Amino acid sequence: MIYDVAIIGAGVSGAMIARELSKYNLKIALFEKANDVAMGASKANSGIVHAGFDAVPGSLKAKLNVDGCALMPQTCKDLSVPYKNNGSLVVAFSEKEMKTVWELYYRGIANKVPGMEIIDKTELQIMEPNISDEAVGALLAKTAGIVCPYELTIAAAEVACENGVELFRNCRVAGTETTDECVIMNTTVGKFKAKYIINATGVHSGHVAQRAGDNTINIIARKGEYYLLDKSVGNLVSKTIFQCPSDMGKGILVAPTVDGNLIIGPTAADIPDEDDTSTSLDGLKEVRTLATKSIPSVSTKYAITSFAGLRAHDASTDFVIGQSKSNPRLINVAGIESPGLSAAPATAKYVENIIVSLFPGVTLKEHYELKRKPPVRFRHMTDEQRAKIIEENPKYGNIICRCETITEGEIVDAIRGPVGAMDVDGVKRRTRAGMGRCQGGFCGSKVVEILARELGCDVNEITKFGKTSRILFDKTK
Amino acid sequence: MINYDLVVVGGGPAGMAAALKAKECGVERIVILERAETLGGILEQCIHTGFGLHYFGEELSGPEYADRFIQQVSASDIDVKINTMVLGISDAKVVTAVSARDGLMKIQAKAVILAMGCRERPRGALTIAGTRAAGVLTAGTAQKYVNIDGYMPGKKVVILGSGDIGLIMARRMTLEGAEVKLVCELMPFSGGLTRNIVQCLNDFNIPLKLSTTVIKTHGRERLEGVTIAKVDDKLQPIPGTEEYIECDTLLLSVGLIPENELTKASMISLDRITNGAVVDEMRQTDHDGIFACGNVLHVHDLVDYVTLEAQTAGEGAAEYIKNPVNTDDMKYIDTVPENGVRYIVPQKIRLGEDKDVKLYFRVGAVFKNKKVVVKADGELISSKKKIKLAPGEMENVVIPADVLKKLDAGSSITVRVED
Repeated sequence: MIYDVAIIGAGVSGAMIARELSKYNLKIALFEKANDVAMGASKANSGIVHAGFDAVPGSLKAKLNVDGCALMPQTCKDLSVPYKNNGSLVVAFSEKEMKTVWELYYRGIANKVPGMEIIDKTELQIMEPNISDEAVGALLAKTAGIVCPYELTIAAAEVACENGVELFRNCRVAGTETTDECVIMNTTVGKFKAKYIINATGVHSGHVAQRAGDNTINIIARKGEYYLLDKSVGNLVSKTIFQCPSDMGKGILVAPTVDGNLIIGPTAADIPDEDDTSTSLDGLKEVRTLATKSIPSVSTKYAITSFAGLRAHDASTDFVIGQSKSNPRLINVAGIESPGLSAAPATAKYVENIIVSLFPGVTLKEHYELKRKPPVRFRHMTDEQRAKIIEENPKYGNIICRCETITEGEIVDAIRGPVGAMDVDGVKRRTRAGMGRCQGGFCGSKVVEILARELGCDVNEITKFGKTSRILFDKTK
Repeated sequence: MINYDLVVVGGGPAGMAAALKAKECGVERIVILERAETLGGILEQCIHTGFGLHYFGEELSGPEYADRFIQQVSASDIDVKINTMVLGISDAKVVTAVSARDGLMKIQAKAVILAMGCRERPRGALTIAGTRAAGVLTAGTAQKYVNIDGYMPGKKVVILGSGDIGLIMARRMTLEGAEVKLVCELMPFSGGLTRNIVQCLNDFNIPLKLSTTVIKTHGRERLEGVTIAKVDDKLQPIPGTEEYIECDTLLLSVGLIPENELTKASMISLDRITNGAVVDEMRQTDHDGIFACGNVLHVHDLVDYVTLEAQTAGEGAAEYIKNPVNTDDMKYIDTVPENGVRYIVPQKIRLGEDKDVKLYFRVGAVFKNKKVVVKADGELISSKKKIKLAPGEMENVVIPADVLKKLDAGSSITVRVED
């Protein structure tokens, strides 16, 4: 059997592409090396929908960012993914930086970013009362927003699977061989064939392209470290607060998350090991120090976790999306660093056009659905809705995660869903169980039990995130 | 709407003792709402002994201590709802709770006692760099896995923090065949009870490294090791003192935080130091008819003191149900921690109290051969010599009723450590 299209990598780009292509009469596979989707940069980033003034005018980054930002609200609505149009501010701390802010403004105009304004110190202080007194002005971008990046990825993958895309997890594409008819992929679970492969492997996309005969992609892993702070300080800022960008990126931001927490970070450091997502004392210190430059009252006393993600920075500094010149059966979606999340809905449409052109006469399926059925979110329900749903299914009356008020019913839904959670972190990303201030101290063992029950295995086979990340060892004496 | 005289939130040692005392004082309709599947709270997983020495005059295990109260609750007509989570308490004391069995409940209470206990501080609250591998968990979670579920969460263990749960788990994991490599403590002293250091570490030759912390975790999937380092007086790691310890498990015993989400949501004033409600000597908060006791009020060292405190709250609630006095009409004497004393509970005493009042307090550092000096409006009440005072052990002083009688509204009683 030959797939029409094999998408390698189930991050936000791969999953959004899978969703967009799933409406066609095409046979599609989605390969993911991890135990779940959204396991790379898509689960460890700022969760910001950028307005689009950062990228160089005329670049693919600029175009897809601006288009993606415009598509994001509807996409999130269709996928029942939390999104908020909170706007962003690039804050200047000197007259010199104010010049940079103006440059960004004009770059935004060139990129056709709507809703930008330069504001002065007084306006800034009214807008963000906790902003540093050193701030002299800012660029306001009204179209910017915040989104839950892993939920977006999971939702897109779920829709794709419901429409017939086959997802293979724990399936790493180790090598590819291109013939006249297809690409043969050697994976950790066997051989697969596809007419076209889409390389959406993030930080690994240089290697995947190379194995398919394309040496033009040079990815550098650029690490970003973050702190996530408790909801009690989630309202310290209302907009996403950037500092002036440098060659290494957009700098340290302070932003609310869609779940009501506060995120601060990221650092930017190029590293040789593209699987190294460890945090460092120096990196975390840098986040602490620089975040207080924007918001002096930010304190990591309220930290509930810290983490690091890797940006897939291409040496060209632009996104590399398109049919490879060296191998026409390879479509690269590479160099997807920031604003890759913001661009994702537009990236998916961009790739859709490429694929449609490669399958002339391809038709839409008679039945397909690009929307996701809204998952039960007990914590957002009214008491009347709660009473009703517990009557329908008592599992929604059993609170498992106290900090975030997550019920057993929601956890079971997450495990039984179209892209079901297979490990503790998978449950956490789908439901928020364990994501609150106790970080799973109370509910962790209950989640392990429910996973074992639903997956039909022993509790000591349950992992944190697949492979050897097991939680428990043998039975006690 | 369901009606009860008294709703007790939490069925651990505090909740049970409070409910039983209220019953004894004549409160008729009482319900305990417990989120777990059994009464007893955290005692159920504390299978070691050492409970009850003060209250029962004998040494019991956690479940044995809990069982004495569970039996009394079962024998009474106190209602108990297990697997029930309280979602909110309105100004008018309507408690919203939910369970799979009863669905969404609205309970109108005349008085409410908060007894939700505390939770452990997680990894995120500390700055430990490194990977996010499996095998990093709080000591209490590990205790549940071992003692309740019957599974080992690891085999080669490093423990960060010498709080009592960490010490207890060092012994427990050792007895179950794990190798406990060491216990690190950031501070220059242990926050645990001396008896636990002796019985859980010294007896098993487990080293306790003071002024030492874990700065990094290693291993991408399962934990493979940690880097520890000495810290300076500002608690910052000292470069050059790093040491790699191979282990598959890191247990954290780095502090307990009263679980006051409900209290905060009810706009009840909290004490910045205890992270629990500000209360008077009957453990009434600044919300009329809402009381708090046990570890949700302040973290206790011994459950015996939890029981005693809960009985006070139960008595207070019973009194309130009979005669609901508006707190706005009450006048108070403040209790003020000074010079080495970190906090005092209760934070205030009702003017006109005609009984002796016991003040519980903790010190902020280890003191040797000092005096605990109590003054009322500057006048010496008592001065007691202490060989040792440590942050891990809760202390108390009694303020006699005849002293209280002489004080006016706005007076203050100070407790301080002096030479």
